[in-house]
Amino acid sequence: MITRRDLIRAGAAVTALGFDLTPAIAAARELKIARTTQTNSVCPYCAVGCSVVIHTLGDKSRNVQPAVVHIEGDPDSPINRGTLCSKGISLKEFIVNDRRLTTPLHRAPGAAEWKPIPWDDAINKIARHIKDTRDRSFVEKDDQGRTVNRLPGIAMIGGCTDTNEINYLLSKFRFGLGILSYENQSRL
Amino acid sequence: MQKVAKLIDTTLCIGCKACEVACQQWNDQEFTMGVFNNTYQTMPSLAHNFWNLIQFNELEINGAQSWLMAKYQCMHCADAGCIKACPAPGAIVQNANGIVDFNQDNCIGCGYCITGCPFDVPRLSPTTKKVYKCSLCSDRVAVGLEPSCIKACPTSCLSFGTRDALHHNASKRAEELRADGHAQAGVYDGPGVGGTNVIYVLKHADRPQDYGLPKDPHIPWTVSLWKGPVKWLGNAVFFGGLLTALVHYIKVGPKEAHRDE
Repeated sequence: MITRRDLIRAGAAVTALGFDLTPAIAAARELKIARTTQTNSVCPYCAVGCSVVIHTLGDKSRNVQPAVVHIEGDPDSPINRGTLCSKGISLKEFIVNDRRLTTPLHRAPGAAEWKPIPWDDAINKIARHIKDTRDRSFVEKDDQGRTVNRLPGIAMIGGCTDTNEINYLLSKFRFGLGILSYENQSRL
Repeated sequence: MQKVAKLIDTTLCIGCKACEVACQQWNDQEFTMGVFNNTYQTMPSLAHNFWNLIQFNELEINGAQSWLMAKYQCMHCADAGCIKACPAPGAIVQNANGIVDFNQDNCIGCGYCITGCPFDVPRLSPTTKKVYKCSLCSDRVAVGLEPSCIKACPTSCLSFGTRDALHHNASKRAEELRADGHAQAGVYDGPGVGGTNVIYVLKHADRPQDYGLPKDPHIPWTVSLWKGPVKWLGNAVFFGGLLTALVHYIKVGPKEAHRDE
C-alpha cells in the first residue's frame, strides 16, 4: 500500500527530475466534511433551541457503518444562524462518548442498582404504569356533577428542544389522557 | 486573488469561549486539561494543541474595573516572521488569499519560527517535535466556508470576509465607539509586519499591550539580520570562493606535485 509518506518521497524524486508537485502536496489538507451525510437536528442543551447540522461518515450506503465526525450550527436556522455556544459546539463529544446512555435503565423498587433493560420492556412498563395510574385516579365528574375527564395523578414535563411536531403529538397525548399539570423545561 | 481576513470586535466579546471549543472540535484536538491562573482564562497561554485562546485581561482603567477580552491566535501577517525564519522549504506557506499555513510534513522542528514570530504564536509539540498554530481553517476557506471559530461566535464579535470589506467595517465600528464617548477606540492590524489578516477593534487602541497585543510588532532584528545581510554575505563568500577557485584553475591550472628525485 502506498502511504502518504511514500507519495511525498516519490514526489521529492519527481521534483528532482524537474516536475514540481507542490500544488499536490499543498492540497493534502482536505475538508473533513466534504462528502459526509448532513442531518439537521436541535441542540439538546438549553431552552434557546439552536439548530445543528450533524455530519456523519459515509453517504448512507448499505455497507457503511455511520459515525458522527463533526457537528456545527445550522446557518438556515432563524434562531442561531449557524452560531453555537461553547457547550453546543462540543455536541460531538456528547454523542461519541463511552459514557453515553444507549439503552433504558431500570431501578426496581428497593433496589440500589440501575439495570439496563430492552426498549420494549421499558415502554411496556411505562404504559402499564400510565394505565394503572389513570384507572386509579381518573376523575370523570366533579363535585357538582359536571363532566371534567381529568387525570390529576400524572404530570407531564416537556423538553425545550422538542420540535413543533413532537410538541403537537405530546399535546394530543396529554389531552387524550386528561393530564392537567404540565410544565416545560424552558421555565425550569 | 482577494485577501481574506478575520475581524475581532473586542467590545462585543462576552468571553463565552465558543470559538475556543469550535477550534478544538474542528481540528480534532485531543483533550487538554485547563490550567487555573487566577483568571477566567482556559489556559495561561496557547499550546501546540490549543490554537485559539480568549484572554480575560482584568485591569483598572480610569478608576473603572475593565475586562479587556482579546482573542489570541495567529495573526496571519503579510510579512510573516515565521516564514522569514523558517529554513525548511514548504514547511510554512503563505497562500494567495493571505493565510499563513504550516505544513507539518515538511517541518523539521527547529523552532526558528517561534523566535521569528512577533506575536509569540507557534508552539512546538513535545511528542511530534513539530510546530503547530492556527491555520485560519485553510481547509474550510479553500472550499468557500468561513473558519470554525467565526461560524460559532454567538455575539458576532468575530466576522470573516475580504480584507478590504472588514477594514471598512472595522473603521466604521471604531468611529461609532468614538462617537459613543470612547475617545481612544481604534483599529489594530499590526502595521509593523505589513498588516495582519486578523484585524482588531479595540476600545483602548492607545494601549494594545493591555490586550496582550504588542504595541509595535516587528520581526526580531536578529532574524531579519540573519535572513537578510548575513545570508547574502554568506552566499557571496561561498559562491565567491567557488568562483575564485574556478578562475584560479583556468588561469594557473592545477597544483602540480613536486617529486624529489
